[in-house]
This record gives sequence, structure tokens and C-alpha cells, in this order.
Amino acid sequence: MTVPGAWYLVLAAVLFGLGATGLLIRRNVLVMFMCVELMLNAVNLTFVTFARLLNDVGGQASVFFVLVVAAAEVVVGLAIIVAMFRRRAAATADDIHALKG
Amino acid sequence: MNAAYVIVALPLAGALILLFGGRRIGDPMSGWLATIASAGSFVATVVVWATMLGMTSSDRTVDKQIFTWIPVGSLHVSFGLQLDPLSIAMALFVTGVGSLIHLYSIGYMKGDPSYPRFFFLLNLFLFSMIVLVLADNYLFSFVGWEGVGFCSYGLVGFWFDRETAAVAAKKAFVTNRVGDFGFMIALFLLFGHFGSFNYSQVLAPLAAGHATLAGSTATAIGLMLFLGAVGKSAQIPLYMWLPDAMEGPTPVSALIHAATMVTAGVYLVARSAPILHFSHSVLWVIAIIGAATLFLSATIACVQDDIKRVLAYSTISQLGYMFLGEGSGDYTAGIYHMIMHAFFKALLFLAAGSVIHALHNEQNMKKMGGLRKYLPVTYPTFIVGYLALAGIPPFDGFWSKEQILDSAWHMSPALWAVGAFTAGLTAYYMSRQVALVWLGQARWKEARPGADGGEHGAEAHEEYSGHGSESLSAEYGGSGQSGVGTHPPEEAHGDGGHVGGDPHESPWVMTFPLIILAVASTIGWLINAPFGGLDFLTKWLAPVFPSTIAPPIHVATGTKWILGIAVTALCFLGLGLGLMAWRKVERPELEPAFLVHGWYIDEGVSAAVLGPLTRMANAFSFVIDAKVVDGAVNGVARLTTGTGRQLRRLQTGYVRNYALGIGIGAAAILFFVALRVGG
Repeated sequence: MTVPGAWYLVLAAVLFGLGATGLLIRRNVLVMFMCVELMLNAVNLTFVTFARLLNDVGGQASVFFVLVVAAAEVVVGLAIIVAMFRRRAAATADDIHALKG
Repeated sequence: MNAAYVIVALPLAGALILLFGGRRIGDPMSGWLATIASAGSFVATVVVWATMLGMTSSDRTVDKQIFTWIPVGSLHVSFGLQLDPLSIAMALFVTGVGSLIHLYSIGYMKGDPSYPRFFFLLNLFLFSMIVLVLADNYLFSFVGWEGVGFCSYGLVGFWFDRETAAVAAKKAFVTNRVGDFGFMIALFLLFGHFGSFNYSQVLAPLAAGHATLAGSTATAIGLMLFLGAVGKSAQIPLYMWLPDAMEGPTPVSALIHAATMVTAGVYLVARSAPILHFSHSVLWVIAIIGAATLFLSATIACVQDDIKRVLAYSTISQLGYMFLGEGSGDYTAGIYHMIMHAFFKALLFLAAGSVIHALHNEQNMKKMGGLRKYLPVTYPTFIVGYLALAGIPPFDGFWSKEQILDSAWHMSPALWAVGAFTAGLTAYYMSRQVALVWLGQARWKEARPGADGGEHGAEAHEEYSGHGSESLSAEYGGSGQSGVGTHPPEEAHGDGGHVGGDPHESPWVMTFPLIILAVASTIGWLINAPFGGLDFLTKWLAPVFPSTIAPPIHVATGTKWILGIAVTALCFLGLGLGLMAWRKVERPELEPAFLVHGWYIDEGVSAAVLGPLTRMANAFSFVIDAKVVDGAVNGVARLTTGTGRQLRRLQTGYVRNYALGIGIGAAAILFFVALRVGG
């Protein structure tokens, strides 16, 4: 039996929603970071699904770009997080609000 | 006729050289340079005049274009010179008397630290005055008009570190601006009506009888031009600046405030004769203002103690005579008196300067006396000037005054009566001056103990100022008092050995102009003698004042004789009274307070203008400026900071807020796109 394409899309939407919610409500930087990854991968899933449904490799190609960008982003992001941990014990995003107006 | 360019160019070149190189040229040389420039200009004027004499009288108007100044649409204003009998007559005496005063200044200003600046201003003044009289259009004349105003400011305030001088300069300038305002309105009206400023286009058709002018237009233009003349020539109600302008060095008083600048108004009125012809009311206004001024200022002159102030008020009075003559329609008589006045008033001022010089800056006549023995050149020349001003035949003033008064009689016997009475008054106050300065006891000896040299000057000044504050200086709010005023620094008089000794005669550069001017004051009247066909000036000016615009004035010869004898009798009466009365020095009964205060006119003007003006300034300062202007500025600032303060709340610094913002934004865009694309 084949799983209908719509299910993948629903799953992707749920994952994206989880990621977005987590990003908004969690304070731990590491967790927020993982939420971002979750959102990215939800989008990847959508791309792949559509590539499959529409029989177009363009979607899969896009996924590679997203993966590469995500990898680069992880490098930068983790470096920032490490730097933050060096300065203070916890890594709560709300502690860093130097941009407050 | 190309010498005309030289007339203008030489003083300008002199002024420029002195402006940029005056310091390097130094003390006596810059004076000589300026004098040579001025004298060269005079020679060039004589050349032009001689050329003109060779022409037939109808061809004597030549227009010399230099370049087009303002080419706008149909309006072409050029820097151009109009050489005609009137302008050349003016230029002759302006450069002639001007050169003598330049020469005199070399001696008078000797040792002044700003010597080159003085001669720069003097040359610039001469240039401006020449531009004023030689210009071929009203606008270019106005350039010269403003130029003399500026130079007057610079020269009256020449010793600007003295507050009185600075205040007097400001007063002269501001008062002149009121008149300039009238001149400018007249310029606008002229342009509006004629579309041109050129004398040849505006005035020539009127003079030739080819065109006429509506009475109302002529009245408007004439009145506004006359307002300009009133400011420049110190007539009621704008005369107050001239007595105060005596704060300037004495040669300045002679050059600007007697011989040349103040005559600019007389010239302007004479030049505009073709316009004035179409408005009888303006002529009446001119005549009445002239008559009122000549009487009023003569009365004030009767009680002044300052040697220069007497002459200043007499200048205003004599200018009043000129306007009386012009208002009566006898422009030639006005010009005639102007030239005669230039001779004898320059002479009197320069002689007064020589006295001041000899007495080391003493200007109070009550501290003079008995000087005739000590100043053998100044004394006789001063007496010549005195007789000329007093209207004693056969000196200059008698003849020109007679012509004016005859014409005034033709206009109205009342005007004649004012003029005749004032002629007697003139003789009286000048006799008072002569009696106080030259005759009687040598009172300066008490004021000058002798030995303590340089100190005494300051003491005398203090004494004088103290005395003046009771009587005189209140009138001028202290600005006009001259005890500390009108002369070069003490070292200017060079030879310190004479300080404290007897007064000494001035050097030849100062006495030489006196002698020349004394000769001119004695025989100068021959240029327009009313007998034997010697009326050269009338014939010379006839093309400028043709009978179409200046109808000849016929007064019967018998009437002239009677009027002349009456006036002369009054003059002799005044002369005798003055000499008799002022053998004593203290005559308070002859110096009523209201005259000492100049009819309270200065105080009145101060009260009438100063109060409302202060209130208005306060209103502007504390209401308009503080509330409206500052309110607008502060309001804008408050709006900006308020907006910023509210918008600042958006920047929380929390990542989640930003993330939410991004999310909502993205959702909104998606929603919009879906709506547009999907719909």
C-alpha cells in the first residue's frame, strides 16, 4: 500500500508547527536551535514530497541546498552558543537582550 | 569727452590702491596719492567742461556708455555717464572742493594711526559722489547715492572706538536709510510708469515737451524722490543726523556734511525737475519743507556752544534755502546757492578745524576767544566765510541768497518773509560765533594752565562734558556731545613742544585750501552775477531747465531792489546785534532752554518712536519668538522624541518576539499571496 502524499504534507506541517512553537516558547538556546533545525527539516520533507508527487527533481535539488545551508548555519550557530556558554553558566535566550530599545 | 572716464576712474583707482596697499604706502604718501587722484579727477572735469564750452548749448548732453549692467527683458540698465551742463557743474565743484579738502586732510590727519583708511574712504566717497552726479540713469545714481551713505558712515565713525562717534555714524546711516526707502519707492514708480530709469528716456521727453505726466503720478514720484532728498540733505524731519555727524574728523564735516554729500538731495530734485513740473503740490511741499527747515535749524544754531555744531545747523539751514529756491521753481538759484555754499561752508569748516587743531581739540566756543592774533591766516579766511554765510555783499552768500529769496517772493511773500528773517538770524548766530571765537578775552588761557602738557586736554573735556550734561547732551542722549569727539588723537598735532603754549597757525597744506576757498567765497558769485550779462550759470544750465519745465520767474527790478535792501538791512541788523550781544560770554537770557534742546525734537522723536518700538520689540521677543517660533521648533522635537519613545517598545531584545514577528510577517505575506494568486 502506498501512503498518500497528503499525509507527508500533514506530517511536515505538524513538524513545522512544533518547531515554530518551540522556538517561540522555549528559553534554552540549544533547544531553540534544534527547533530551527526541525522547521528546516519539515520544509525539506515538503520539498521531497512535492518532488515525488510532481515527478520533478527540482524539489530534491532544493533539499540539498537547504541541507548545505543548514550545515553552515549549525556551524555558526553552535559557535555562538559555545561562546555564550563560556561567558555564563546557563544559555537562556532571554538573558541576552542587549538589543532592547 | 573721453576724459569723462578719467573723472570716475581716478578716485576709484586711488581708493583701490589705498585699500590694498595703504598700509605699505604709509603716512604722508597715501594722503598725497589720494589728493593727486582727486586733483586729477578735477582736471579731467575741467577738460570735459572746456570741451563742452566749445559745443552749441543744445548739443551739450552726451551719453557715455561703459557697459550694460542689468539686461532683463525690455529693461536695460547700464553703467553709463551722462555729461550735461548740470552734471558737469556738480562734478566741477565736487572734485574741486573735494581736492582742496583732501589736501587739507594731509595736514589735519597727520599722525593718525588709521591714516590710509581715512584717505581710502575719502577717495571712495569722491568716487561715489561722482557716480551719483554723472550717472545716466536713476538706478546707477542710486548706487552712488548708497555709496556716499556708506562712506559717510565710515567717516563719521572714523574713530569708531569712541562710542559717541560710533553712535553718530549709526544714526546718520539709519536716518539716511529712511530717505533711501523713499528713493527706492520712487525708482519702482519710475520703472512702473516709464519702464526705464534712463534720464534720456524718462526726463528728456518731458523736458522737451513731447510728453506729459499725470499730476497724481508726478506727485507720487516727486514726493518719494523728495523723501530721499530730505534724508540725504538733512531736512525736516530727517535732519537730526547731521549735527551728530560732527563726530567725524573736521575735514569730513567739510567734505561730506557741508560741501558735497548733503547736496545730493538738492541735485536729485534739480535733476528731476521735469517730473516735478507736473505736480505743483510737490513744489509747494519742497518749498515749505525748505522754509521750515531753514528757520528751525537757524534758531537752534543761535545757542550752540560747539564751534562745529553751529556750522552743522547752519548747513541744514542753508540746504533749506536751496530747497526753498527749487520749490519756488528756480532750480538755477538752488544750484547757484549750492555751489556758493560749498565754497564758504567748506571754508568755515576747514577754518574751524584749524582752530580746533590750534587749540588741541577744544571745540567749546565759550572756551575760545581772542584768537585773531594767533592765527593770522585762519582768522581773515574765516571772516570771509562768515561774511559770505551772513549774506553781506559783495560776498558769495549774498548773491545766491538774493536770487532764492526773489524767487520765493514770486512763489509766496510768506516764504520770502521766513527766508529774509532767517537771513538776519544767520548773520546773528555767525556773529555770535565770530565774537566768541575770535574776539574778546582769550579764555582758553584759563583752560590751559600750560605746563602740564598732554593732561589738560582730558581735563578740559571732562569739564565740558559735565557742563554739557546740563544743557546740551541731554538733547542727544549723550550721543552728540563733542567734548570728546571730533579730532585726531593728541599726537596727531605732532609738535608736542607747542602743547600748552600759545595756539599756532596750521601748516601750509591746511592754510592753502583756506586761502583758495576764501578767494572763491569772495569772487565765486561772479559765475552768476545778476547784472551786465554775467549770468553764466543761468545760461549754462538753461538747456537742462528749459522754459517748458522751469518757467522763467519775473520779479520786477524795482521789487528786487526793495527786497534786496530789506534782506541786507536785516543781515546787518543781525550782524550788529550778534557782535554787540556777545561781547559778554554768559548770556543765558539769549539761550532759552527750548532752543538749547533743539525744540525738543530729538526727545520727542525718542518718546514717540522709542516707547512703541520697545513695546513692539518686547512683544516680538517674548510672545512671537518665545511662544510661536520656539513653540514650533520645540513641538517638532517633542513629536519626534514621543514617537521614538513609543516605537522603542517594539525592540524588546527577546529572540522570541522577533521570531514571532518574522512568523506573523511571513504568514501575512503568504496569506496575501494566497489571496491574490488563489483568488
